[in-house]
Amino acid sequence: MADLHRFANPTRFLKLAGIIQPWALAVFLLSITVGLYMAFFTAPADYQQGESARIMYVHVPAAWMAMFCYTVMAVASAVSLIWKHPLADVSARATAPIGAAFTFLSLATGSLWGKPMWGTWWVWDARLTSVLVLLFLYIGYMALQGAFDDRVRAAKASAILALVGFVNVPIIKFSVDWWNTLHQPASVIKMGGSSIHPSMLWPLLIMAIAFKAYYVWVLMVRMRQELVANKVRILRLKQVHGG
Amino acid sequence: MKRKHKRLTFVIIAMALLGIAVGLVLMAFEENIVFFNSPTDIATTQPGPDKRLRLGGLVEEGSVVREAGSTVTRFRVTDLENVVDVVFDGILPDLFREGQGVIAEGKYINGAFQASEVLAKHDEQYMPPEVADALKKSGQWKGDETMKTQPQENK
Repeated sequence: MADLHRFANPTRFLKLAGIIQPWALAVFLLSITVGLYMAFFTAPADYQQGESARIMYVHVPAAWMAMFCYTVMAVASAVSLIWKHPLADVSARATAPIGAAFTFLSLATGSLWGKPMWGTWWVWDARLTSVLVLLFLYIGYMALQGAFDDRVRAAKASAILALVGFVNVPIIKFSVDWWNTLHQPASVIKMGGSSIHPSMLWPLLIMAIAFKAYYVWVLMVRMRQELVANKVRILRLKQVHGG
Repeated sequence: MKRKHKRLTFVIIAMALLGIAVGLVLMAFEENIVFFNSPTDIATTQPGPDKRLRLGGLVEEGSVVREAGSTVTRFRVTDLENVVDVVFDGILPDLFREGQGVIAEGKYINGAFQASEVLAKHDEQYMPPEVADALKKSGQWKGDETMKTQPQENK
């Protein structure tokens, strides 16, 4: 824990974040360019879905990020609740809108794909419903963070919500295995190897890297912004009281 | 015990209890969460004509008959154990074809399933057309088997 405490110091974190941020942006720009090029031009059309299968290159990484961001948010919330690290709450709060955006993106692209392939925009099966619940959890978390004037109370209440909502993440992941759903089971991460052809798997993985780098980039931007805003507020308060 | 250890223990116990509670609720509601029933479910439960339900399985090879001059399609849905006759009046989705997974919503009346909506179920196989052709030629094709075990998995 001693090593982690070093980075829990906001000043030291600001320095580190300043170094990470441009690198994350560079990785994002490079991988999104390569990933999108491969998705549109080098990847073949699917044997059954045809060109519509290309929606997967945005849909699947966005859905992964939706679950990944929530997991980060839940872990950061637990750290904030138990060890009261100020950075943990800042990172959880910074993650929420990014995760919500990815969740919305996966729902929207899935719906666009569903209409021509399944024959419907939306069904209430276990996978689709649990992802919609995830979007509501993100929105509820952001609303709760904004509902308190007192930062400490907001952090506590929203951390509890994030942790309670975390039960939904394994439900999303395994919904396609536990129940009959219209949504197909996992293709990439599954027992007995992936059931997706390498020519389609590579662009998918590069897009996943791009989305992850995007997350790190925006997280750094948002956390630095918040920490600097805190500093400004403290300086102002000092001015007022010392004035 | 220090205060943060107390909080850690509390969070772990609370999360474990919450997980168990949600797990029990989901198990209790399994019947409602399941999106479709297999032909075997229909054969064993024999649902009444007023009950709306969804039937899921493979479209049996060679069973699709389109009635001339109308949009009525008749086909059989199988889980390779039991077979249900389906009648559907409407436009079928792109992925609807023989040997492919399908979900029909409607009522089971007089031994036939009257579908009001038909959805195509896609499997988790993704491959270029050339690879699919090559697999079919070499006899390693198993794309149509994915629905086989799934509908009975939870029984």
